[in-house]
Amino acid sequence: MKARHLLGFILLSFVLLPAGAASALEAIKIGAYLPMTGAVAAYGEMEWTGIQIAREMEPEVLGRKIDIVLVDTKSDKIEAANAVTLLIEKEKAAVILGEAISGNTMAGNPISEAAKIPSVSPSATNPLVNQGKQFAFRACFIDPFQGEIAARFARNELKAQTAAVIIDIAQDYCVGLGNFFVKEFVKLGGKVVSTTYIQTGDQDFSAQLSAVQAAKPDVIYAPNYYTEDALMAKQARDLGIKVPILTGDGAQADTLLQVGGSAVEEMYFTGHFHKEAAGSQRAKEYIRRFEEKYKKDADAFGALGADAYFLLVDAIRRAGSTDGVAVRDALAATKNFEGVSGLISMGENGNPIKSMVINKVQNGKFVYVTTVNP
Amino acid sequence: MTSTIFLQQLINGVSLGSLYALVAIGYTMVYGILRLINFAHGDLLMVAAYTAIYGIAVFTLPWYVSFPLAVLFTGLTGILLDRAAYKPLRSAPRISLLISAIGASFLLENLALVVIGGVPKAFPRPEPFDRVVDLFGLRIQVLTIYTPIVTLVLLLALLYIVHRTKVGKAMRAASRDFETTRLMGINVDRIISVTFLLGSVLAAAGGIMWAMKYPQVNPFMGVFPGLKAFIAAVLGGIGNIMGAVIGGFLLGLGEILIVAAVPELAQFRDAFAFVLLVLVLLFRPTGIMGEPFTDKT
Repeated sequence: MKARHLLGFILLSFVLLPAGAASALEAIKIGAYLPMTGAVAAYGEMEWTGIQIAREMEPEVLGRKIDIVLVDTKSDKIEAANAVTLLIEKEKAAVILGEAISGNTMAGNPISEAAKIPSVSPSATNPLVNQGKQFAFRACFIDPFQGEIAARFARNELKAQTAAVIIDIAQDYCVGLGNFFVKEFVKLGGKVVSTTYIQTGDQDFSAQLSAVQAAKPDVIYAPNYYTEDALMAKQARDLGIKVPILTGDGAQADTLLQVGGSAVEEMYFTGHFHKEAAGSQRAKEYIRRFEEKYKKDADAFGALGADAYFLLVDAIRRAGSTDGVAVRDALAATKNFEGVSGLISMGENGNPIKSMVINKVQNGKFVYVTTVNP
Repeated sequence: MTSTIFLQQLINGVSLGSLYALVAIGYTMVYGILRLINFAHGDLLMVAAYTAIYGIAVFTLPWYVSFPLAVLFTGLTGILLDRAAYKPLRSAPRISLLISAIGASFLLENLALVVIGGVPKAFPRPEPFDRVVDLFGLRIQVLTIYTPIVTLVLLLALLYIVHRTKVGKAMRAASRDFETTRLMGINVDRIISVTFLLGSVLAAAGGIMWAMKYPQVNPFMGVFPGLKAFIAAVLGGIGNIMGAVIGGFLLGLGEILIVAAVPELAQFRDAFAFVLLVLVLLFRPTGIMGEPFTDKT
């Protein structure tokens, strides 16, 4: 009896072989480098959950399984560069996914560029990240657009005549975004009455904030990361500064709400995603799976992480191979791709053209305000 | 700058300075007795902050139970640290102790990273500390008032222990001469344990006050306060408890007033602190209150 079962099993597996052969092929490796610890760990954590959901939705391409190798960058530029080297040379990753923030992606991109390996960053928004690069792409809009919309929102919706800008001088993202905002705000007839600087890791902003208070602005533009945003808002409210605070996509992390508490209420920011603004079939499926698995609202950085994965997989499928140049060309030709965070078309320099949402914090939640199209 | 803004900045400075002072006292006390710069001191701030968070958030203890428990736990961590990392090196050259201290600091940070994770946690600021007082247009957080008081009370308690009790006498004796103290029949290891206990309790108080003021806790939160408090201790004269307090206030006020006077210089704020450290070491290595160096080895 036993022998016959075995024989039957062997025969059966021959019949099934053509279907099973796919998984017998070598898996395609995606090398991910993300900040899982350190100052911006929340982005890494959110993007990684998004990437995993995306992989559940599309675990195979070209009949081959997809493996993701994750390396932690500790939120550090040097670690980010080392991570990319490790992923390409030791892990032999076919494509690279990451990093979450601009400064670190700027450290990683030259390495994948030199190796002719295509990369997609979920959320590095500074324009310099992809400048002059052939193999570097991203899943998010870029900061000139973001700064411009923030300035228009401050002038038209918040009716601000004057603004104070507080910038994290250690981050390319914050410096860039601050400049784009100022340019547009002044162009629209507004006046910047105070510009002060902070640094990643600073905890005390009382001196800067008292200087801002003395300048009596109508709005504060503080395009910094959630850690600094939350502490700064708290200290601003403690000092009695009541004007609205406007910030960038970096604010959209739960840590902002937990640390900021009532101080971040009515904080406005330009962002990539709000689940209420999501329309595509893919987005709905993603949100359903996300909420089922994590029992909380789908967040922006998770959505971008998923989109970076989907963009890479879609490009590999259209390229028909994992050849670096072929995948690069396919990525560059991405048109009207239905991502989780909206419709993505790859523009110049690997920068997508896509819409933006404006959100605000209300009753301890991120609330959708409006969508702005490019 | 109007006078209101100037006063507000002064208050900001005192507020930051008293925190530096609180952390610096613990630093300088351990140095005074052991001639050891305990680089893990800053990380004890982090241990205290996390323990307090867990007490409040996980075990739903009220703050007046959770905070003392956190202080106690941190004190025990300090003793454990001494037993594990410093005691085996008592007779080794001083540089080995220093390296061991750096190792202990990394160990604590990375342990927290593995056990708790790198995403910052919010520190729940208990209601009595969450108020803001409005005084002639000045905004003063009640914490700004409490911190110097806590610093002062702990300072007086510490001075009392060191100068008026038997343990304190033994601590002072040990700081002069290890070997002779031991010959006099004093259990030096126990005295050192007490020193670490006191130092860690001070660090814990500092950590909790720090976390209430900047309510965001991560495994590396102690690094910068630790460094700044170290600078404050050197500025005041390392080993001297009053000096640490003065150094802390000077550093805090200096950092704030520099940014207040020239906001564009805000990015050089940390540079200011470190330049100050170098200058002190160059021109007055014994600090403001320090006695001339006596090499006891």
